[in-house]
Amino acid sequence: MPIRLFCHPGIGPAVTGTALVAADNFSARYDLDRDKGIFCRPTHKLAGQSYVDRILVLDQAKGGVASAWMLAEMSARGRAPKALVFNRVNPILAQGAAFAGISLVDRFDGDVTRLIRTGDVLRIDPAQGQVDILNRDG
Amino acid sequence: MRLNEEERAMLAGALGEPRRWAIAHQIAVGEFFDAEDFVPVGQAHIMADTESLGESGLCFLETLAAAPPGERRVRVPTMTDPRGLDFAVYRRLGQTPAMAAREARAIAALSALGVLMTDTCITYQTVMAPLRGEHVAYGDTGVVIYANSVLGARGNFEGGPSALAAALTGRTPRYGFHLDRHRRGTRRFRLETMPRDLAEWGALGGIIGEACGSYWEVPVIEGLSTAPGADALKHFGAALASFGSVALFHMPGITAGTAQEAAAAPAAARPVGRGDIDAFFARYAAPGEKLDVVVFAAPQLSLFEIERVADGLAGRHIHPGVRVIVATSPEVKHAADRMGLTRRLEAAGAIVAAGICFYQSYAREMAERNGWLRLLTNSAKLVNILGGYGYRPSLASLERCLDAAVAGRIV
Repeated sequence: MPIRLFCHPGIGPAVTGTALVAADNFSARYDLDRDKGIFCRPTHKLAGQSYVDRILVLDQAKGGVASAWMLAEMSARGRAPKALVFNRVNPILAQGAAFAGISLVDRFDGDVTRLIRTGDVLRIDPAQGQVDILNRDG
Repeated sequence: MRLNEEERAMLAGALGEPRRWAIAHQIAVGEFFDAEDFVPVGQAHIMADTESLGESGLCFLETLAAAPPGERRVRVPTMTDPRGLDFAVYRRLGQTPAMAAREARAIAALSALGVLMTDTCITYQTVMAPLRGEHVAYGDTGVVIYANSVLGARGNFEGGPSALAAALTGRTPRYGFHLDRHRRGTRRFRLETMPRDLAEWGALGGIIGEACGSYWEVPVIEGLSTAPGADALKHFGAALASFGSVALFHMPGITAGTAQEAAAAPAAARPVGRGDIDAFFARYAAPGEKLDVVVFAAPQLSLFEIERVADGLAGRHIHPGVRVIVATSPEVKHAADRMGLTRRLEAAGAIVAAGICFYQSYAREMAERNGWLRLLTNSAKLVNILGGYGYRPSLASLERCLDAAVAGRIV
């Protein structure tokens, strides 16, 4: 049986993908080179890594309001993460995910950046508030 | 969410496609945050610079703008955050005609929706400050935190799509800082020293923001010896929101929150002293380094701040290898023009831009075209943002920024 994590019901469709995890925060404006599809902020724990088509697993949303537009533009250009899994988001990331049609969940029992590892294969079901880690047995 | 008759009609499309999209978007967000219903808003404020919008966002706005007038017009007074460029100076900043063309498209679409092109992140200093208890849908973190904290208004960070949705429906989901239970203090800080200038107020916001690190934290700050002034709390709040994603703070006796809200925070206070502020500046220190650009922005400057920059440059000339950019709202720019401040600044070699705030203005492309790397500013918010745009940002007081601009090196 895969490991099943429970969270608050989220936004967007059910998706499956590979996790990219860091105990760090997130803003599309502050942290990303949206042309290259990588984390570019030198002090970010994922600096230099590609986020394209990965399920981002991070701690908190941070910073300004730009992510609300930017996620949709990233998606339109094929430069978006597949889904967002956070401990807790601010309204901007929820608004951006809803506008872009990107799946988002948060509010787990426990620190999701420790429960999930980079490379884990995840199935996210926002409507049910569930994340399954498919490559590990519970 | 509970919907009333009008809200159900919007969702069914009876009031047109723009309002159907808007309320459907708001319901998705509201249900994510367990909102039970909507609350009417008095004002909306949209962040919609073209760097953030991208082509997809522009096309979205143009699609809404093509709807019949009765279906597309906003329902409450709606303002804009700074734009991507100032048509009067963009070529001098290395911005391109293609960027200007995108801005013109966005302006045409937003104007067709009935949005007032205020182009400012200091609405509370230049357009209309909200009242205590007034529910708002503001789309700039600095505006939200100032309105919530200093003025006692009620709002969440509303990104561009959500602020536009609120403008079209005249309401927003009732969650977060619209509710009493989220406005209570959660962390307590005690100042052991008073910040001495605007850059230090920004640094204090950065220190407390990093300590909080969440939108849902509400810091209570004690120990202020005097009321700091509107520009000080503008820089403090902008940095607090930038470093911590914080949207509300309380300073008992100064800001609009109640004694009960401040008393809710745990009694144990984290002290913040001179050493903390000095350490914050040290993170961005680069003494002696060649300087490329000095930026006064983020938030846009008040009339008083512009006067201080003009006074600081009196009788001096900016080093030919350094660009100095002063960004303010169109309304303050008009005042600065009328009072001779713009002329004095331009005579010293500065560029005064209206309706932009630098980091929303294709900052990466400007750096590449102009060869800018080392940037100096008195805005803690700006140094936090620009690291990801390829700059090496440094933080200093307004006076030291000007000394460095004249010397061509960080002094």
